[in-house]
Amino acid sequence: MAVIRDVMPAFDLLQPGSVAEAAKLLDQYREDAWVMAGGMDSLDWLKDRIKKPKVLVDLSGIDELKGIRQTSKGLEIGSMTTLTEIAEHPLVRKDFGLLAEAVSLVASPQIRNQATIGGNVSQDARCWYYRAGWPCYRAGGNICYADTPVGRNREHAIFGAERCVAVNPSDSAPALIVLDAEFIIRSSTDHRGVTAEDYFIGPKTDITRMHSLRPGELLTAIRIPYTWAGTKFYFEKVRDRNVWDFPLMNVASAMELTGGNIQRIRLAVNAVAARPMRLGNVEAAVRGKPANAATGEMAGKMAVQGAIPLQFNAYKIPLMRNLVKRAIVGASPRQAENALARDPGVQEAAWTS
Amino acid sequence: MAGMSAIELQKAESETPRPFGAGYKLIGKDYSTNDLVAKVTGKAKYAEDFRAEGMLFCRLVLSPMPHARVKRINAEKALAMPGVRGILTPADVPGHADYVNDNGTTIKANRWGELALTDEPMYQGEPILAVAAVDELTAANAIEQIEIEMEPLPFTTDPLESLRPGSSNARLDGNVWIPPQPGQHGGPQLTVLKWTEEDFAPYKEGRLPMGHAPEEWSYGDIDAGFKNAALVLDETFLTPDVSHQCLEPRTTMAHWQNGKLYLYTGTQSTFQTVPAIARWMQMDEDKVVFISEYTGGGFGSKITGALTLVVPALLSKKLNAPVMMRISREEEQFIGRARPGIRARVKTGFAKDGRITAVDMFLVSDAGSYGSNGDGGACGSITSLLYQPPAMRWRNITVATNTPPRSAQSAPGGMQAIAIMEPILAKAARKLGIDQVALRRVNSPEGKAEYGPPNHEGKRARVTSCYLKQALDYGAKQFNWQERVANKPKQIGTKVRGLGVALSTYHGGSTGFDGLIVITPEGRVRIHSGIGNLGTEALIDVHRAAAEVLDIPWDSVDIVWGDTSKHLPYTCHSGGSQTVHAMTRAAHAVGLECRQRLQEVAAKSLGGQPGDYEVANLRVSRKGGGAGMSFAQAAQHAIKLGGIYDGHDVNPDVNKATKQAVTAMAGQGLIASARDKFPHNGDSFSYLACFAEVEADVETGVYRIVDYLAYADVGTVVHPAALGGQVLGRSTLGIAHAIGQKWVIDPQYGVMVAMRFYQNKPPTILDVPVNMKWNALNIPDPETPVGARGCGEPPVGGGCASILNALADALGDNIFQRAPVNCDTILTSYEAGRPMQEPLVAHI
Repeated sequence: MAVIRDVMPAFDLLQPGSVAEAAKLLDQYREDAWVMAGGMDSLDWLKDRIKKPKVLVDLSGIDELKGIRQTSKGLEIGSMTTLTEIAEHPLVRKDFGLLAEAVSLVASPQIRNQATIGGNVSQDARCWYYRAGWPCYRAGGNICYADTPVGRNREHAIFGAERCVAVNPSDSAPALIVLDAEFIIRSSTDHRGVTAEDYFIGPKTDITRMHSLRPGELLTAIRIPYTWAGTKFYFEKVRDRNVWDFPLMNVASAMELTGGNIQRIRLAVNAVAARPMRLGNVEAAVRGKPANAATGEMAGKMAVQGAIPLQFNAYKIPLMRNLVKRAIVGASPRQAENALARDPGVQEAAWTS
Repeated sequence: MAGMSAIELQKAESETPRPFGAGYKLIGKDYSTNDLVAKVTGKAKYAEDFRAEGMLFCRLVLSPMPHARVKRINAEKALAMPGVRGILTPADVPGHADYVNDNGTTIKANRWGELALTDEPMYQGEPILAVAAVDELTAANAIEQIEIEMEPLPFTTDPLESLRPGSSNARLDGNVWIPPQPGQHGGPQLTVLKWTEEDFAPYKEGRLPMGHAPEEWSYGDIDAGFKNAALVLDETFLTPDVSHQCLEPRTTMAHWQNGKLYLYTGTQSTFQTVPAIARWMQMDEDKVVFISEYTGGGFGSKITGALTLVVPALLSKKLNAPVMMRISREEEQFIGRARPGIRARVKTGFAKDGRITAVDMFLVSDAGSYGSNGDGGACGSITSLLYQPPAMRWRNITVATNTPPRSAQSAPGGMQAIAIMEPILAKAARKLGIDQVALRRVNSPEGKAEYGPPNHEGKRARVTSCYLKQALDYGAKQFNWQERVANKPKQIGTKVRGLGVALSTYHGGSTGFDGLIVITPEGRVRIHSGIGNLGTEALIDVHRAAAEVLDIPWDSVDIVWGDTSKHLPYTCHSGGSQTVHAMTRAAHAVGLECRQRLQEVAAKSLGGQPGDYEVANLRVSRKGGGAGMSFAQAAQHAIKLGGIYDGHDVNPDVNKATKQAVTAMAGQGLIASARDKFPHNGDSFSYLACFAEVEADVETGVYRIVDYLAYADVGTVVHPAALGGQVLGRSTLGIAHAIGQKWVIDPQYGVMVAMRFYQNKPPTILDVPVNMKWNALNIPDPETPVGARGCGEPPVGGGCASILNALADALGDNIFQRAPVNCDTILTSYEAGRPMQEPLVAHI
């Protein structure tokens, strides 16, 4: 049968007004339902007619999923809160500048106005073969088109290839892992919390999903504890264009220093594997060491141990090595400041706390 | 400079920048163009905005394979669906036929030519059939019910791979386009040409193999040039295939009325698109009404609209209903044309002072799936013009591939020439210890410079004028080049800075078109324009030249455009940066003609000789005071006089189309038409000197453009704001080639994988400096009455190459040998300490 793209198929649009109502609908329609948050990922799938759900459950009318609340333990961010709101929110900027920085580098201002944090952490892979509807492993087939001797894979994984070599494209994910966030999940019968790190899954767990939501489940909120508030943050995103681009790689760190030595640290990198990678070994290795170039170099080298490049993404190894180093020692901040002063239109990485 | 006297040279060098608008009332001044309000308020109607009663929508079915034969189409189920109205298949599309061109020459049918629908798709995304229905959703649902049986055929997506012994050809009957042999008629012919394994030996070292090339020219003593050189560089470089990506895709609406086709789509020429529609539809031109008021960009891909426009036209005829065919961004990626990538190897000799002694250029041009292209040829001639090598050999092979069709894209071949040559000049300057600006100055053309290969008489063509040395000097001054070079910081932290300069040029005009003015009995001055409304403002700007001659206020002028039923004159198409040059000449000519007719009407009515009268401020008045009349009165008198004055007779100089337009309006007022017959003694080119500074991070490979300046030699500046838009806009198109816009093709399957903007990455406004700057000499071209030349295309190469040169200055000479340059290339080479792997592999 002939294939056509760019015409959205018909579906029933369901617009629940509460989480309970949404959960009930998901329970009722199960695999026939598609959950849509901001629509920035969903609409591509639908317009390309690759996904043809019977019903679309649109969460945009559920007020209880929106907004940022302060609790005694930290901040709770509703899953339908827009990235713009998070980037601009004074409490986020005050205590969790890392997250504000990460979400402010997502895509473009227009997309950030519409995209939600729940959608950003739950979005699907952007492997161009998979998104174009090729019948690959992730799409339920039995081949990876990107991992062939001539496959085009400059944006693909250097770690954790398990049949699929797609990467997780989220910018907020490594920041939330570093901040030790908890993801709150609800279904019609249950609710549970998982750590940010465990929310993301690789192909070994399930090759068709990037997150641990089960059918019928909704991500309702993300809780960020004060554990890392006020520590030294670093976030950097490397991309081809200065706006409207997924990361070729990003890195996030939170670090507490005492007398120049690393007291405690969390480090995560994304777009190098099917799930954002928390670098636990590196964290352990640098703890107690001075946050200087030597430690950074050591951390960078350690981070890329075991990396296996594909045909066109070997650059990701020095890139990851250098980004991890910078997540510990920083990146030429003087230059960055100069650049920003001269050209406010271009975003530059910088210390954010 | 050969052929120029010392006095002429001295005169050329003594020319200095002039203030914009000096000596003029309208030319050189900023103003709001007549189409502006509609554009900014959204009232402007593009093809997609038109509606007609009972309009159907059609959608295309595209080939999923790079080369295949359609064996069988079964659309029974689709056609039985409610709301589905019909299908158009290749059998419904007129085939190839001979046609007679504008000059009366019969052009033979091209058996390799492209048709709107095909049963042998030559590239992934080529349209196979179309379905019309009451709406797009119904059409899409129907398409998914159509069974298409396809037989895969051999394919290739890489021109070099297609030259290897035993490799696949893009077409069943060949892989290489060769010029017609002596005695052969028509265009390029397809043949089979393979190189040997020995030819391919340099490939392993990252150097372009150089087997047999069917096209070649040369002049001067190349051997002596290299023998006498202090430095000889042998460089390989790949330029990217870049899609046009016009903001407005080639959406088309069509309906029929009383045997006439009414067609709405974007184009680069309202006037010139009618013959193309008639040819593609195989119908008479006078049965075509073409409406194109606004066009969202063309860049060479919509010179006469787009071939696919016949799909809704034919469906509309077949189904007896208006049909709208909207084109999606992904479809545009396939059918929307692209610049051909060129793989180049160039040996260049330099004297100690940086002067080029010889150039030996070898090119492999990617023709894509349909026809040959002239990019390789233009690459050679632009190189010979821009750097004035005293000896040069050019060799070229144009290879067919199963990739989307190529077409002219802003500075076709010129952009590639500059991207290929400029990094060589930059490297030479570093090796010879010469300042980059100084090295370009000694090689820059000037005055009536020669260019291209010798003709059959052994003579080379000349340009009309060139003040590029002045643009370079004043540009360097404005950019503070010397200070920047002197103060360039060494590496700070992980950041390194680099400075780049590049020369740039491309064609800037044609001649011989018509102007048409009607002065109405109400006293309005109505100018008819057949120019396409591409967004460059040339559509409006050129007519300021007529208003200037008539010495009238601009608010008395109405421009009629965008609809061929409104009597448009013979007009150039807006490609090759012709328009400002060609149509200011035509406007000036018709302004003079109109002034003469006004003087004659006044003399006939009020007595005396025409020369006794002067024209100014919407009046014809006796010189020194006395009798006179308003334009309104002159128009009324013209109608009474009839004949040549009101269009019942027509200026015999003008084209037959202009005659028809005048005749159709006879009696409406004072009607003047004229053809541009102004002499000229050279070919028009425009020139720029482009300067850039970049800052790169050696740990991430990420870089940003800190500053950019383009200093133009485009003759008289007609409309500064529009020129600035052109210079910086087209610079940005060039920058796109340097910093990231690209194709990604999987060669195993022969298909594109980066089809959306977030994947193929055209630059955004944040990828260029906020404070990009431009300037222009405003020295009039001596061989055209207004002195103005076009400037759409000339900046593209300089935009690209100045960035490439700045990057090489920052990072070193051995980091990249292809564009675009991204962090992957930079980091991989930096890490390896040598040029990146697989330098001849494209589309990654």
